[in-house]
Amino acid sequence: MATTPWIQQRFEQLRGTRVWRSVFRRGPARTNRTRSVAIFGNLALHLLPVKVREKSLAVRATYYLGSIAFFLFVVLSVTGILLMLYYHPAVPDAYRDMKDLIYVASNGVFLRNLHRLAAQAMVVAVFWHMFHVFYRGGYKPPHEFNWVVGVGLLLVTLFLSYTGYLLPWDQLAFWAITVGTNIISYVPGLGRPLRYLLLGGHIIGQNALLRFYVLHCVILPLAAVALIAVHFWRIQKDGGLTVRDDHERDE
Amino acid sequence: MSETNKYVVGFGSDATKDPRRIVFITRKTSAKVKGEAGPQLMSYPHLVLREAIALQVLTIVLVAVALFWDAPLEQLANPLLTPNPAKAPWYFLGLQELLHYFPPIVAGVLIPTLVVLGLVVIPYFKINVQGEPLWSGNRQRRAQVLVGVVIVLGVLLAVYDAWTVLVPTVLVGALALLPYFTPSSSARYVQFLRSRTVSWWVMTWFIAVALTLTLVGTFFRGPGWSWVWPWSRHAS
Repeated sequence: MATTPWIQQRFEQLRGTRVWRSVFRRGPARTNRTRSVAIFGNLALHLLPVKVREKSLAVRATYYLGSIAFFLFVVLSVTGILLMLYYHPAVPDAYRDMKDLIYVASNGVFLRNLHRLAAQAMVVAVFWHMFHVFYRGGYKPPHEFNWVVGVGLLLVTLFLSYTGYLLPWDQLAFWAITVGTNIISYVPGLGRPLRYLLLGGHIIGQNALLRFYVLHCVILPLAAVALIAVHFWRIQKDGGLTVRDDHERDE
Repeated sequence: MSETNKYVVGFGSDATKDPRRIVFITRKTSAKVKGEAGPQLMSYPHLVLREAIALQVLTIVLVAVALFWDAPLEQLANPLLTPNPAKAPWYFLGLQELLHYFPPIVAGVLIPTLVVLGLVVIPYFKINVQGEPLWSGNRQRRAQVLVGVVIVLGVLLAVYDAWTVLVPTVLVGALALLPYFTPSSSARYVQFLRSRTVSWWVMTWFIAVALTLTLVGTFFRGPGWSWVWPWSRHAS
């Protein structure tokens, strides 16, 4: 081990300490047993399988689209919480807060740009992920239910993006939500009550802004986290990702 | 994999290395036991490391773009001043384009509901595990059905003047028919199309229509939802 770089030696040493072991419940992951512990001994990672097929790691198998969608959700959570520090869900303070983000808050423009960009990218990534899974045949048994969970996640993603659209309280936001919520009133029978429930009134005003804010920042993210957890965990329980063999017909 | 346990006749080898299972696969086999699973790797570090790299690359790209691409902010919301056209977010512009042609109950309620239901039931359909292509079995009968479906859809869409749906529908229909009329062609794209399944064609048609509607709604619609060219739109 004379060739081991100094920095790596220090890391190995760190992993061997009592404090490290007390935090991660394991020492260095040198054997397959400790590598397994690294996955199932960790609250977040234990949703993943301990082993993966080599083929499913190939970039072409997934293009990491599901992971990218999840990472975008993480970026959105972080930037979203930071944006909440500057935001009042009130008319017209919400719009003033946008101006403050642009002209007053440090890196406010960057923060808002990042949040919006990641939101648009997440919608694209989720759609792309779904179509890719379809063309790979990833919905086939035993993955049927995980596909359904995925459809749920698509809807939550769209609804998250849509509720966020109103929050800047500018003309773009107001009229986009007007177009969308008018459609709801055409649902037979339930249309008007549904629209009233969503807007907290008959018009898009203070109540609607508050409801969209709560949906966007609390209810829908919680729903997304729950569904994401099930989605990941089911990959493991259903025996890993679908891998196609080269001799199999494309589908 | 655990459901195949009843067929296990024995497993050995060093469990710390690569546990192997020997199974008898009965004639009625399910998709999950089909074919070779291939070698496996430990998720830690192989998967975790790749995911970490993916996260880093993604973050770098996002930051780089966010530095230069500003999120739009228009004037303060004014319920008395309706912009023309008032557009939904881009991912709903396909629906808004449909609203232009069909009554709201169809475009705003019926079609979205059917799309979501359609997506949910995909895995519960009688699944074509063998991946039988569209052009197998009674080719002539299938061609008749396909042409019939495209014509009925086409007439229906033409009645409503919904030509942004009609054009992709006819194009995908023509592509689907292409292998039927070129049975002896060995061109690679014909071979590709020839081996496609019915579900592949349905999904491709759906994506083609959704993409066309969204692009048209985003870039080609102006005041009164009239057709405009994106390059002829002047600053309003």
